[in-house]
Amino acid sequence: MVPADKYNERVVITGVGLTAPVGDSLPEYRANLLAGKSGVSNFETRYIGQVLAGICHFDALKYQKRKEVRRGTRSGSIAVYCANEAVADSRLDWATVEKPRVGVYLGITEHGNVETENEIFEISKFGYDTSVWSHHHNPRTVANSPAGEVTLSLGITGPHLTIGAACAAGNAGFIQAVQMLRLGEVDLALAGGVSESIHTFGIFASFKSQNALASHSDPTKACRPFDVTRNGIVVAEGGAVCTLERLPDALARGAKIYGEIVGYAMNSDATDFVLPDRNRQAECMQLALKRAGMTANDIDLVSSHATATEQGDIEESLALHEIFKDNPRVAINNTKSFIGHAMGAAGALELLGNIPAFDDGIAHATINLDELDSRVPLTQVVANQPRQMDAVNCILNNSFGMLGINSVLIVKKYQPD
Amino acid sequence: MSAEQIRQVILGILSRIAPDEDLSNLKDAVPFREQMELDSMDFLDIVMELRKMYRVQIPEEDYGNLGTMASTVSYLTPLLKDATPV
Repeated sequence: MVPADKYNERVVITGVGLTAPVGDSLPEYRANLLAGKSGVSNFETRYIGQVLAGICHFDALKYQKRKEVRRGTRSGSIAVYCANEAVADSRLDWATVEKPRVGVYLGITEHGNVETENEIFEISKFGYDTSVWSHHHNPRTVANSPAGEVTLSLGITGPHLTIGAACAAGNAGFIQAVQMLRLGEVDLALAGGVSESIHTFGIFASFKSQNALASHSDPTKACRPFDVTRNGIVVAEGGAVCTLERLPDALARGAKIYGEIVGYAMNSDATDFVLPDRNRQAECMQLALKRAGMTANDIDLVSSHATATEQGDIEESLALHEIFKDNPRVAINNTKSFIGHAMGAAGALELLGNIPAFDDGIAHATINLDELDSRVPLTQVVANQPRQMDAVNCILNNSFGMLGINSVLIVKKYQPD
Repeated sequence: MSAEQIRQVILGILSRIAPDEDLSNLKDAVPFREQMELDSMDFLDIVMELRKMYRVQIPEEDYGNLGTMASTVSYLTPLLKDATPV
């Protein structure tokens, strides 16, 4: 364990770009979260037909030419949109930014399934003649693809990579960026997570085969974390990218500071391919708190990961109970209830939807929570209506994924010394 | 297909692979690359589209015939003489 004082280099969020099924900017997204508006709707997917999904509606042509959209991938377009929005929001003078000192770190749950399925479908129309397999397939499916598209769009010549971390990836993107800033590898990071997952039929089919795909006659009520009638995941697309800087750099240019990343942790369950482990999740939260120099009582708001699966919600709620049982005033909410599970973007989107709470002191709700599952031992869940808090100064953001990967991020309201 | 029909097919392919370009004043005798943004991957798209649409296989050593609209139409005319536009 590295002592907390080792992490004395302070990193802050100075710009936000996002696209979610309920908004293509932070103000729009936040307003819809506070209004209780669901972004889940019907969606036609290959072979399966109608499914439920969280679909984004951003204008890809705001930052890309049509040719670039055609050549790249959906996750690339999402990443390019979010990254450009974040840079614009940061008010950095982009022309003077040292491009070799910028890093791009984007979390992904998976990448390449969409493009591979598309090519297989295409060659199926030609009797599976592989000579019509696209020469674009490899550049579209290399794992760094969405981050690479960001560098092409913004002329960034520093390092770029995606962080494959299942559904813990959104937090993992931020964590990688914090580490690189602290190491001095870069001076500015574009970090977060992206997902194009609704465009692969395989993710729906696999969740369905696992009996973990949500169904409901009303799409807006389909995603029901912690509710006794929940029946699975709603897959969503989306993206969230932030500009991260070391505090002295942000202060020197008078940047707006959304929050300071004061703690993080990642660990592994080492128990199962898909089933989560409350003990490792609790350990992950505890480690993040320790690195932040905090206790559970310092946290005002917990952004939960719960995906509305049978076991996932129970395990996380037990882990949360272990950590926060002595903090009755903490607000625990869930963003997936609005937008579905945005996979690689989930952790980043869920954090950012809560960041405005530093200013307005409101914990957005967990919608569709009509009856709390009796096995969920939490009294602090914000059900159906937003909760006005005395103040929100510290947010803990959970994000967990398959193969037992856990990530926790703690963000604190920036307060000048 | 006639030469004019082949020309229209190529224009259709170019409009799909370079959708931001204005092709209304494309000059048949001038190389594509001097009139529009067309890199090697785009060029392979032309070859791929012809393969998909007409099952015509263009060997790599013949790629030089696809530099201009005029040379492309000239090269494809015997290969597509029995094809119908799609």
